[in-house]
Parts: sequence; C-alpha cells; structure tokens
Amino acid sequence: MTGLHGRTMAEATPGTAPAWRTDFPALHQEVNNHPLVYLDSAASSQQPVSVIDAVAAYQRQDHANVHRGVHTLSHRATEAYEGARDKVVSFINATGRSEIVFTRGTTESINLVAQSYCRPALSSGDRIVITHLEHHSNIVPWQILCEQTGAELVVASIDSAGQVDLDEVKGLLDGDVCMLAIAHVSNALGTVLPVKSLIQHAHSLDIPVLLDGAQAVPHMPVDVQDLDCDFYAFSGHKMFGPTGIGILFGKERLLEDMPPYQGGGDMILEVHFDGTTYNELPYKFEAGTPNISGAVGLGAAIDYLQVAGMTRVAEHEADLLAYMTARLSDIEGIRLIGTATNKASVQSFMLGDIHPHDVGTILDHQGVAIRTGHHCAMPVMDYFGIPGTARASLALYNTESDIDALVTALVAARKIFA
Amino acid sequence: MIVAASPAQDELRDLYRELILDHARSPRHFGKLDDITHTAEGINPLCGDKLKLYLNIDADRTISAVAFEGSGCAISVASASLLTETVMGLNCAAALKFVDDIRTLLAGNEEPAAGPDLGKLKSLAGVRDFPSRVKCATLAWHALASAINSDNGLVTTE
Ligand SMILES: Cc1ncc(COP(=O)(O)O)c(C=O)c1O
Repeated sequence: MTGLHGRTMAEATPGTAPAWRTDFPALHQEVNNHPLVYLDSAASSQQPVSVIDAVAAYQRQDHANVHRGVHTLSHRATEAYEGARDKVVSFINATGRSEIVFTRGTTESINLVAQSYCRPALSSGDRIVITHLEHHSNIVPWQILCEQTGAELVVASIDSAGQVDLDEVKGLLDGDVCMLAIAHVSNALGTVLPVKSLIQHAHSLDIPVLLDGAQAVPHMPVDVQDLDCDFYAFSGHKMFGPTGIGILFGKERLLEDMPPYQGGGDMILEVHFDGTTYNELPYKFEAGTPNISGAVGLGAAIDYLQVAGMTRVAEHEADLLAYMTARLSDIEGIRLIGTATNKASVQSFMLGDIHPHDVGTILDHQGVAIRTGHHCAMPVMDYFGIPGTARASLALYNTESDIDALVTALVAARKIFA
Repeated sequence: MIVAASPAQDELRDLYRELILDHARSPRHFGKLDDITHTAEGINPLCGDKLKLYLNIDADRTISAVAFEGSGCAISVASASLLTETVMGLNCAAALKFVDDIRTLLAGNEEPAAGPDLGKLKSLAGVRDFPSRVKCATLAWHALASAINSDNGLVTTE
C-alpha cells in the first residue's frame, strides 16, 4: 500500500517519523481533495491510536468516580487516574505524586500558581517578571493578580530575532520580585529560552520560577529536577493527549504551604461547620470530580512518548525545523518571524503583503493546515508591528514531504495574489 | 501534486476573484473623513481584522460621504471597499437594505442570482464556500448598520 506522499508504509523504520505517522489516524485523510498536511500541532496535536484506545477502553469498562467508592469500578478508575499521575512523575522526573497536580491545562496551572502561591504573599510594590514573548495565559493571570494586590508586572524585552536578553532579565530581578514566570519555548516564535541559567540566577536571589512548558514538553526531554524550576505548567492536548487535562508540577515544599485554589469535594479530609481540614498533596488542589478519562489519555500519550524517546523526537524535529527554515527562506517575498539561534518546532512568517488569514485559507484548500493570527501572543505581534503571522508548527509525525507540500502551497498562494 | 485542476482550486479562484483582489490591493475611500457624523468599528478577533467606518449623514438621512480605515485580510478590506462604493449617496434605509441583502447572500440560503440585485457585491458570494471567512466579508456591513443606527459602538464578529 502506498502511504501519504508516495512513501510505502513498509519503508517506515520503527522510531522514525514515517513510522510514528502511521500511528495517528487523523493524519491519514484527504482535506479539500488533498492529503492532509498537519502543521498546527503547536495549537493542538493529533492523538495516536494508543491514546484513543486507552480512553475508549476506560470509558467502556472502568469508568466510575475516583477516590470514593468501595466498588470495583471505582477502584479501577482510581488506579487508572493515579497510574497516569505516576507516568507524569517519571516523564518529567518529579520526586513523587505529591508534586503533580492535574488541571485543565497550562492556563489553569498558571492561574493556580498566581492565585494560590503568589496572591497571599504579595503586597503593592512587589513585582512579577515575565517576558515580551509570553502566551496570553502567562500574561493575563499576572495582570489579574497585579490588579488584586497592587503588585507590578514587569516585562523583559525581546530582540528582532525573538530572543530575550539574559542579562536584561537578570537585571530585572531583585528582592522585590516574587516570581519569574517565563515560557520554556515560545509558541509564536519558537524561541527556546535560556531557562536554566535564569533559574540559577533567580534562585541566588530566592526568587521562585514558573516555566510555561506547553511548547517544550512535546518536543524535548524535560527534567524538572535538573531544571530546578519551582513550578512547571503544561497541557495534554499539545503532547498527543486529550483536551481538558494538564499538569502543574510544583515543588512539594511550595505546594505544601499554599492554600487550596478551589474548594469542594476530594480536596478535603474532614468538613464540619466549625472547621475543615484539607486533603494532602496533590489532592488539596484537585477540588471536584476530575477529568479522569483525560488523565488516562494523557498517561497513554506519555507511554507513547517514552517509547518514541524524547531525545529521538528532539533530533528529528531539529532536522525538520532546519529543513523547513531553509525551504521557507527560499520563497520569494517571505519574511521569517522568529529567528532565534536556539529554536524548537515552530516557524512564523509573513508572505509578502498577503494577510496571514488569506494565506491560511489558500493553504487549507490545498490540504495544508497551519495557524494564522496572533497565536494568543498579541504583544509579540505589536513588537513586530504586524496583525498576525502564518505559523507552521511541527511534531514528531511530520516529515520533509509535509514541508514540501507547505512550500508548494505557499508558492500557489503567491500566484493568486501576484 | 496537481493543484490547478481541482474543484477546491476553482472555489479558491471564486473567493479571490480579480475584483476582490483589486479592491483589496487598492481599497476605495480609504482614510478618514473631515466631517464625521456617524462611525463604528468592526473587529474580527479570529484574524485580527480591525476596520473603522466613517459616515457623513445629511439631515435628510442621505449618506453624503463614507470612508474606512484599518487593516484586515483581503476579503474584509475588499468588502469594506465595495461597501463604500455601494452606499455613497444612498439614503440610510436603502443602505440598511443592502446590509440585509448581503447577510442573506452570504448566509448561502439563496442563490445569488435569485436574490436582490447586488451588482458588484455578488463577487463576495465566493466566501459561501469558506465558512470561516464569512465573518470577514460581513464585518464592514455590521459596522455600517451599527454606525447608521448610531450605537456608534464597537462591533465584533464573535
Ligand atoms: C506557550 C503556551 N502557553 C500556554 C498555552 C495555553 O495552553 P492551554 O490553552 O492548553 O491552557 C499555550 C497554548 O496555546 C501555549 O502555546
């Protein structure tokens, strides 16, 4: 059988992109009479069969509420849910279950830290430091916090390549800074931030660091102990798992001292009208019935990535990004946005003076799915003085043929607007 | 990959007709008016289209001048440009009738040919095959209705 773009399935060597690609059913369809070329994984990635099946099997046989029933299904559901937590522990090398809080996603994880960790400790005059390239979900929770407390949000600048200046960020850190909250990898520009040295420096001043890892976890090995970050936030749906499930990693010592984020069932040990005792970690932060099937799917996605091997994934994507950058650079009139030396998985661009939205429509009609717009990073667009970009983003299942199709489609777009 | 002959490509050509591309490249009545009596802003958060529509409406409810500013995709800019050509000199009731007709046209329930006589505006009908783009084409028209009805506010497509 001939696979997509003329590759035969039999040729696909295990542990390579063509083989990985066969695991993702959604990639094997035609869109607008063309084979689908999915280059929008930074917005949300596709799911392998193993994730789809794990969620379905859970729904078919094991579903019940967690942590409460004595009956068998409840036990199975609890095992599945906690089993997924264990997988997260080992995937990012946390020290234990108590450090892994299930959330709805990166956004909720960051809001949790802003409200539970920072808010009780902040007063006016305190500062939170972020960078200019953050996703809105690492901007707005801090703006809300600043409104609530009178604290100040300080933004480290970026340069025309989309890089932050290490020394500038360091210079912004002093005794009044309560949190350094930065992306590990930028979703709009692909920049990999020098997080390790920033964390070291922040810690020398006793400043805690939150990393928004939404765009890092699917693309490179992440070891929270090696990074020594205090909080790490990421989303299931960008790492081949389901939507509505995400993770907040927090150092146990910090989580321990934080008040709950929300109140309700499951986050308590005892409730009386004269007083309530909160549950132990991480359950203190998981009020209400959680997204159990989402956790199961996330666990299966982690299994998939563990087998694939994150180092191998990172190497494949580095090669592919280099290929994509080179091919795109050859297109007449293209302007690459985000040209940092250290980058991962993403290339934003402008095609002549064609509005990104028109580029997106023309590409879609050739089966090529990219994202267009501000990518929830409006300050980045303001910096570059553009309304938005077209963005092609990679995942382990992409191949050079996908890039070739992208380039062909872009050349066709230029013809329409010539 | 053969791109040129597919039906999808015909739809694309239908969307980006020469008239649309022409208006997108050189929008008519682009800029501000000296004397503005009515205005409204339209925003399409999906693609960042942002248009400001300026009107000068006489005492007898005639639109004596119209202009627009802003940035947007080819469809939204062309649609706004066509709008200015269409409503210049019309009375408000007739202009609002166009707003309804455009909505009907783009909702895709009626064949453009069977509908009201929209002249050049029919070239916007190509968006009917692109559900995610209909909002781009209607943005300026929503702003027009809002300006005439003088809520003078912000219109979004969401
Ligand atoms: C860098 C970054 N941070 C945060 C988010 C928000 O993730 P979610 O919408 O899953 O909460 C995203 C996703 O778009 C992202 O790319």
